[in-house]
Amino acid sequence: MKYLLLIASDPTLPSPEPGDPEFDEYMAAWTQYTQDLAEAGVLRGGEALQGAETATTVRHAGDGTTSLVDGPFAELKEHLGGYYEIDVDTLDEALEWARGLPVGEGAVEVRPIFPTDMPA
Amino acid sequence: MRSRCDRSSRPTCPPRASTLSSDPVGAALTRVAREEGGRLLALLADRLHDLDAADDCLQDAYARAARSWSSRGVPDEPAGWIYVVARNAGIDRLRREAAEGRRTAAQARVLATGVARDEAPDEEPADELLAEYEEVGDEQLRLLLLCCHPALSRETQVVLMLRLAGGLTTREIAASFLLPEATVQQRIVRAKRKIRAARIPLVVPADLDERASILATVLGLIFNEGYVAHSADAGTLTRVEVADRAIALTRAAVEALPDSPELAALLALELFHRSREAARVDSRGALVRLRDQDRALWDRGLVAQGFVVLGRALAMRRPGPWQVQALIAAEHTREAPDWERIVRYYDTLLAMTPGPVARLSRAVALAEVRGPAEALAEIDGIDGLDTFHLWHAARADMLERSGDAHAARVAWTRAAELAVNPAEADYARRRATGEGASPAS
Repeated sequence: MKYLLLIASDPTLPSPEPGDPEFDEYMAAWTQYTQDLAEAGVLRGGEALQGAETATTVRHAGDGTTSLVDGPFAELKEHLGGYYEIDVDTLDEALEWARGLPVGEGAVEVRPIFPTDMPA
Repeated sequence: MRSRCDRSSRPTCPPRASTLSSDPVGAALTRVAREEGGRLLALLADRLHDLDAADDCLQDAYARAARSWSSRGVPDEPAGWIYVVARNAGIDRLRREAAEGRRTAAQARVLATGVARDEAPDEEPADELLAEYEEVGDEQLRLLLLCCHPALSRETQVVLMLRLAGGLTTREIAASFLLPEATVQQRIVRAKRKIRAARIPLVVPADLDERASILATVLGLIFNEGYVAHSADAGTLTRVEVADRAIALTRAAVEALPDSPELAALLALELFHRSREAARVDSRGALVRLRDQDRALWDRGLVAQGFVVLGRALAMRRPGPWQVQALIAAEHTREAPDWERIVRYYDTLLAMTPGPVARLSRAVALAEVRGPAEALAEIDGIDGLDTFHLWHAARADMLERSGDAHAARVAWTRAAELAVNPAEADYARRRATGEGASPAS
């Protein structure tokens, strides 16, 4: 069963920049986390996203027309910053991985991915 | 999209309690649903690895039982009969799905092994299946814990608990909580969908203490709904029935988790409260405050049970807020409660779980030790209870006892406006007009 871990955080909160003394530590935590996922054999993918200010939303009106909105699909304090796709057996395991993310302050939405591997 | 156990019959509800006396089949069915429903569902869900399918098959088995028992009579082991019929239907269903090329093929084969499948469902159930039914292990615990999985909202946990573990019908839950039946139905459907789609597992979690604590909260909420119904037209009977259902579920939880002192303490608390039922209203149906109640009307048997269960909880030496609340309720069962001790219990409770409502209760107890003036100062110092009728009622009482009749009336009026429960509102109204004032209290 595949799950998406959607990582959201408040971009105005301070986070270490390259060159800060804490930056290496910060990055090491993420590298370690990714490595743990891989070693557990559950990692299917995942990337960090560029800032929400780089997002463009294509809104479908439902009548076939579309319009563009500069920005993410929902205006929230917290922005989507990245995601992991993992493959584990149950929601409890996915939640456990989500708890272990080194996000500092933020939110992780855990979503089961619609199974597409149904036998014909 | 998915096939049902038996397409020809939608689940019919077991008959309501009011029809019991004249209908032995209905009575037997209601009893099985209430007392064994959670256990049956837990077993089926475990064997079929699918909660939703298990529930469908169980509901269909009730419907079949209603038809079959009416002509053949209620079997010796009604719950066992239902289990066998539901399980056979479940296996049929898995077989059908297997035949459709689903990946459940292997499971269906395993499940069907050794099962006398070909006999007609109306015949006496096979012995080996009855044995399986008797051997319920921690399936029921897993079902109880599933109902209060933290990934489900509190409202959903409450409704699921009553429906899946408590064997209540959607209509009964709706009536108990004064919700539209469609709302309850929708919550159950959505919860089942999430359990299935997100794969919430039917397991005993690693952090059992956290889940036991949610379990106690959910059961406490159900009991409280029965004890102080938030409804204008729910009769006394409905409230007692909900409270009794909560007690039965709490008993099941205590049985499944005997090492949880907090669940045992909750059961004790429920028993203490329940013991006062007959004394809570007078002959005209008006509310009687705890201090004015006729203690001769209290159910001493329930009180005694409460003390036994609470003693067991305390012996585990792992204190918690439910234990403290049960201790307070226990103290109130005594002829002359030790108010200083009660105030100390509230101090302990507030240290564990600070909250304005517990502070209010402490202030009311404090009045018995230090007098109404000091209690009033405490009550006035509590923020955030402006819209809580009991805050105004407690103020009113203290003002009255301090001799400020006018201010007391204003406060009683406010309490009457805010109270949702009709008996509570009525009580406050009578005090506002000076009618219900207790002499020299």
